[in-house]
Amino acid sequence: MPRWGMVIDLNTCTGCGACIAACKNENNVAYSSPEEAENGRALSWINLLPRYEGEFPNIHIQYYPMLCMQCDNPPCIKVCPVRATYKADNGIVAQIYPRCIGCRYCMAACPYTVKYFNWYEPKWEPEMIKSFNPDVSLRPKGVVEKCTFCHHRLIEAREEAMVEGIEFQEEQFVPACVETCPARAMHFGDLDDPNSMVSKLANSSRAVRFLEDLGTEPKVYYLSASEKLI
Amino acid sequence: MSYDPDAILYGPIESPGKSFRYTVAGLILVISLALFMYVRQFVLGLGVTGMNEPVTWGFYIVNFVFFIGISHAGTLISAILRLSKAEWRRPITRMAEVITAIVLAIGGLHPIIDLGRPDRILNIFRAGRLQSPLLWDVTSIAAYFTASTVYLYVPLIPDIAILRDRGAKPQWLYKFLSWGFQGTKKQKHVLERAMNILMVMVIPIAISVHTVISYIFSMTLQPGWHSTIFGPYFVVGAIFSGIAALLIVMITFRKVFHFEAYLKEVHFRYLSNLLLVMALLWFYFTFSEYLTGYFGHEPYEMKVFFYKFTGKYAPLYWGMVFCNFILPVIILSNKKTKKIPGILIASIGITIGMWLERLIIVVPSLANTRLPYPTGIYIPSLTEWSLFIGAVGMFMLGFVLFSRFFPLISVWEIKEGRETSVREVSERLKSYQPDQSLTETD
Repeated sequence: MPRWGMVIDLNTCTGCGACIAACKNENNVAYSSPEEAENGRALSWINLLPRYEGEFPNIHIQYYPMLCMQCDNPPCIKVCPVRATYKADNGIVAQIYPRCIGCRYCMAACPYTVKYFNWYEPKWEPEMIKSFNPDVSLRPKGVVEKCTFCHHRLIEAREEAMVEGIEFQEEQFVPACVETCPARAMHFGDLDDPNSMVSKLANSSRAVRFLEDLGTEPKVYYLSASEKLI
Repeated sequence: MSYDPDAILYGPIESPGKSFRYTVAGLILVISLALFMYVRQFVLGLGVTGMNEPVTWGFYIVNFVFFIGISHAGTLISAILRLSKAEWRRPITRMAEVITAIVLAIGGLHPIIDLGRPDRILNIFRAGRLQSPLLWDVTSIAAYFTASTVYLYVPLIPDIAILRDRGAKPQWLYKFLSWGFQGTKKQKHVLERAMNILMVMVIPIAISVHTVISYIFSMTLQPGWHSTIFGPYFVVGAIFSGIAALLIVMITFRKVFHFEAYLKEVHFRYLSNLLLVMALLWFYFTFSEYLTGYFGHEPYEMKVFFYKFTGKYAPLYWGMVFCNFILPVIILSNKKTKKIPGILIASIGITIGMWLERLIIVVPSLANTRLPYPTGIYIPSLTEWSLFIGAVGMFMLGFVLFSRFFPLISVWEIKEGRETSVREVSERLKSYQPDQSLTETD
């Protein structure tokens, strides 16, 4: 069983935000108005966390793409009262929307603040409705949602391989953000496969993870020139 | 009918008067407004509250912890006083037990109104994970509610029988609820036995309830929550706010129903001694909790710490310290101010202070995320305020309705005290004396 993981090269990332747009389209993430976003109600499975260093004009800006870290030891699944969030065998932390009761305990327990709640009935602009991705279910109001590593693409890739009668290759499964990244700063693959790009990058000396000392074992790695993130 | 020295205790039941109806009407109005706001929230979604990302919990969880905390007044105090054979408990226990039952029902509703999908509440039984602290809560609150309502009801049976025999209306209610209690020797024996079992049982359940509520927070890794002291800290706070609430209720009904002959200065003095001890204990726990956090100086912990001490929440934090510690200690350790008005002020202060404490535990830890996101803001909306006021209204309505149908002071226990306790206590005191036959030296 592969252990899916992601590596993001911070020195290559330009902070363009294409991953955010790709993710929203791919996963039918509800649209939130600027006012709602201002009130902390925006839904965005991947986000850019900016970090400013120094004073103008000698300012250094670093963007950190933040998404569900798909922890190997996720604090969110431990607290869920109804098992609406769980870790699948392939390491992806999943969310069962029709079961979630909306207590938001997982959001309170997540140290990375990357889970999102449907505060209202989700809405989209008319054009967006026309281009819904049929592979991703729409979430109703009152449930928690988050990045799934586009696991519907995994199912699709497996089915395709089966139909074509070939063996499923790990390269066939790529999340939308990774596929879109114009700077090729994002890498995706099997962390347990020693020959894969991600496992090589994840084992490089530049690889760091967020809040490593919490023991959550996130599967999203960042490549950074500095030894510590943030 | 023969002369009954305790006739005043039946007053609210046998001649309720107009003020009862006005109060009930007013309270129902308040509760309906809250209900309307809740229906609106149910239809539109939790967006109508002030909660957001990252402050995903707000007033509802704060009030949940607060109301369940108040519930410790009751049963626990009454069980401990009964168990330790404190004779002065007799006019107090009933009110304490009523507080528990009502407040538990209200507190237990709060996690449900906090849910994004209350329609799926039964998933807790269908797919419940006992590993989740929320399920521990469901379990222990259900157990406590059962135990405390039974513990309220059992000692109420003889009083219901007295009311039935006095011909109080509605007769069918008293006939049904009194279970044919006639006060025979055997019935009294069974009653006492049941009470003894219940009061021993209720104490560990009560303590488990607030411990488990603290576990909701302390089981997560969040700074400011992840603390081993939280269990006992919450229990102490709960008993503290519970006694304060009990004193407020006692002072109110003493005034309204003219119970001055029953609730005397001495009862308030004793209870406020307990309150003073709890204020000191609360300070001790708060001090230990924050000093440990400060001394270690872990950066994430410090972010939350300074948010409370000097940041946005500083007015609330220091308000809490004033209400919970400075005010009650000044009032209750001074003989001149330790009178009923002073005790009332201290109790109201503590109730507000303990509510602030719950707010200060819930919100700042959520607002200050570990990763450098902007600090969260939480401003409760009108919906949350009206549901809060509605909950307080429900508490009052519960009490008013109870007082309309049942005596707020346990009549039979007062009578029993008058008839037997002087003899019993003097016998007990004698048994404490050194044994003459053993001290005699040859």
